[in-house]
Amino acid sequence: MIVQLAVEIPYWGQSLLRVLGGLVAVLLPAGTIVYVFLFKMMSFMQSRLGPMEAGPYGSMQLLAEVSKWLQKEDIIPENADAKIFKIAPVIVLASTFLLVVVVPFGPDAWMTNFQAGVFYALAIGSVSVIGILIAGYSSANKYSYLGGLRAAGQLIAYELPMVLAVVGVVIQAGSMNLQQIVVAQNTQEIFGLDWIGLPFVLTQPVGFLIFMIAVQAELTQAPFDMPIAESELVSGYMTEYSGFRFLIFFIGEFATAGVFAFIASILFLGGWGVPFSWFGWDTIDSVDNWMNVVGPLIMLSKMMLLVGIIMWVRFSYPRFREDQLQRFAGRF
Amino acid sequence: MPSKPKVPGLVKGLGVTMGIMFRTFKDGANTVQYPHVKETPPIRSRGVIALHEENCTACMLCSRSCPDWCIYIEAHKQLAPPRRAGGKPRQVNDLDRFDIDYALCMYCGICVEVCPFDALFWSPEYEYSEPRIADLLHDKTKLGEWMETVPEAPELEAGAQKK
Amino acid sequence: MTVLNERQQLSYIAAQAADARLNVELETEGMTLNIGPQHPATHGTLRIIARLDGEQVVWAEPVAGYMHRGYEKLTEVRTFPQVTSLINRIDWLGSFANEVPFILAAEQLMEIEAPPRAQYIRTILFELSRIANVSLFLGDLGVQMGAITPVFLAFRDREYVLNLIEGATGGRFHPNFDRIGGLKDDLPKGWIDETKQVMKKLRMFCDEIEDLLFGNEIFQSRTRGVGIIPADVAKSYGMSGANLRASGVDWDLRRDQDIAMSWDKADFKVWTHPDGDSWARCWIRLQETREATKIVDQLIDDIPAGPVMTKVPRIIKVPEGEAWVSTENPLGEMGYYVVSKGDLGPFRVKIRSASFNNISIAPWVLKGVYVPDIITILASLYFILGDIDR
Repeated sequence: MIVQLAVEIPYWGQSLLRVLGGLVAVLLPAGTIVYVFLFKMMSFMQSRLGPMEAGPYGSMQLLAEVSKWLQKEDIIPENADAKIFKIAPVIVLASTFLLVVVVPFGPDAWMTNFQAGVFYALAIGSVSVIGILIAGYSSANKYSYLGGLRAAGQLIAYELPMVLAVVGVVIQAGSMNLQQIVVAQNTQEIFGLDWIGLPFVLTQPVGFLIFMIAVQAELTQAPFDMPIAESELVSGYMTEYSGFRFLIFFIGEFATAGVFAFIASILFLGGWGVPFSWFGWDTIDSVDNWMNVVGPLIMLSKMMLLVGIIMWVRFSYPRFREDQLQRFAGRF
Repeated sequence: MPSKPKVPGLVKGLGVTMGIMFRTFKDGANTVQYPHVKETPPIRSRGVIALHEENCTACMLCSRSCPDWCIYIEAHKQLAPPRRAGGKPRQVNDLDRFDIDYALCMYCGICVEVCPFDALFWSPEYEYSEPRIADLLHDKTKLGEWMETVPEAPELEAGAQKK
Repeated sequence: MTVLNERQQLSYIAAQAADARLNVELETEGMTLNIGPQHPATHGTLRIIARLDGEQVVWAEPVAGYMHRGYEKLTEVRTFPQVTSLINRIDWLGSFANEVPFILAAEQLMEIEAPPRAQYIRTILFELSRIANVSLFLGDLGVQMGAITPVFLAFRDREYVLNLIEGATGGRFHPNFDRIGGLKDDLPKGWIDETKQVMKKLRMFCDEIEDLLFGNEIFQSRTRGVGIIPADVAKSYGMSGANLRASGVDWDLRRDQDIAMSWDKADFKVWTHPDGDSWARCWIRLQETREATKIVDQLIDDIPAGPVMTKVPRIIKVPEGEAWVSTENPLGEMGYYVVSKGDLGPFRVKIRSASFNNISIAPWVLKGVYVPDIITILASLYFILGDIDR
């Protein structure tokens, strides 16, 4: 039974819905990713079961961890620059929220519809670098300082391959608007077969590979996790953070993974859509309204697939040394 | 320094982790969920030392040979009835106190080995942790209770000489 | 000539002072990094003081001693069985291997030899402890480099070996099984079959690690050419074990020495590598683990029947004399120089531990490397703090 929502929602209501949607879009994937991949997939790859005690099969473990961090003492090192020490994690998380506003989840379920969505997304992705850099600097700790410098170098270096990979997609779609890119993938056809649409991963596999590697580096996941090299710098720029602030970094890390996967699935896998020819739609206006509900679910599943690949690589490879990492970026 | 990454080595590594993941799904993990499932240690496992009080003559050999000096023995001599009717009363050592301090014990087994009267035995029981360190001093009665957990000595491999 | 008024003079001096303070604070000559005693990367409480210039090390020095337990002093006031139970704890991963040279030295002083069955079982347990030790190294290598999965595989397969050792001796980490004149007890029934199964599993583990870690190009690029130690430098610093063989020196005490153990009854290959870099050291240890499983497989079928203990008096008093015995332990060459004055216990024991010499090369080899490479090199040198500090 499909109900047409023909209610006219006032502007403040729409904004509220958008804010809530943004919150859910960031925090829900973060939680899911942490549970499914970090707790369970990593454990199964290491021949163990992972957290099993908190809740059935350990599903409440994230809740337990969040509550644990929330009740910790807020320690700020004596020599630290307190003002920027406090802002740093917020900047990192804020950049994630800013990034998710431009992601469309359905034909009408979007928060903003920039004409230059891709441009905006790439630019905002770099804002977190500032947060990491000042986190490392303000911690008054040589290890964190080294970690922050390494992170800055790495993240800026890998912006370039990311941009170049995305340029191919933009050219093929003919627009920088993310909604247009989704429509372009789902309405075109390849080799005369229109039932698979044209997810750009088929025509631009190299671009997809480069984008995924660049995303891995942007998230400072292994093999590119020099800034958080656990066995040397003991969490790098995050060392001095404890309790609530560390929680923000932690959520930020996985939320950013989720949001970058959203963007990757929009650019390369066809976004929220299935090939329009399945249902006989021609343009975006003819897409049914129930797609607004199913669209986010499709996005979620594509995101999980991509994050699964990111995490799989993370758990399997050792890390690059910093200069090798930069050299690797240069070769792209 | 890597040029274009050669696919085989990296891909094989991914294959190994994926293989382990599927093996864990199929066969279960290699871990034991401890409080709910307990593994049985091997028979010879050195868990706790049990005392068979009747055999002990307070010769103090175990106490002297302990590297940590964690065995405390106090005994007194007393006269026991003669073995046969019409004989002399025998002098025996009667144990007053035989404590092993498990906070100090390093589970080396020298005391069990040197005892000439077979009064000390190993038992694989290991779950006796206490919230207070003082409770880790097991006295005579408690050491006697551990005797119930002492297993039979395992059969030896082929080719071993019977003692 | 203008005369500055007092206020201008004072502000000028203040600016100079501020500049000087800034220079001191920034330490523009180089940053001193203290890879301190508490660190996830060092195998214990080792402290390395490194002076950095950017990311390169200019000067590095290890500071050991945070775990000194005074073993040589402890042995002066203990009897031989008590010393045996203590020295298990020097290299706590290769546990049984610590007891063997000491017992052999005492047996040399008493001029007795353990019966052949005991020698075979000693050698088998020695190789099992080598496998336990080095498989942890292989897992730990992953963690130092950033690969978090191999360590779980290592612990999973090491459990099998530890269960074997526990089945025979009663203790997983500290067997305390060697006695002057033989062994404490014989093997329990079913141990030989179980050992054969476990050796198969361990070979599978070595293959898995080779695919997951050694075949990985990232790992290779992190370790090849890093921390090259030429053969003559290695020999002059007294390095031993796999580190020496990785520099191309063909030196293995199991093959070259004639002591009362059964290595001459097994056919095994001594692996060397000409490069002398971190990759060589890691790779040789992988091959040595495989060789150790082969040695165990060969010896376990041929254990001669008989007693495991020769006739020794109940209270053992080792006659006067001095003896030195060293063996090819998992970490390198470990030796004991036992001085006895005819008492229940030794008069003085000097313990030559492998890791102390292995880590002494750190200042030489860490010059000019990047900070991440410090970890790589230390990981490939493989030391245990208990072995360095005793």
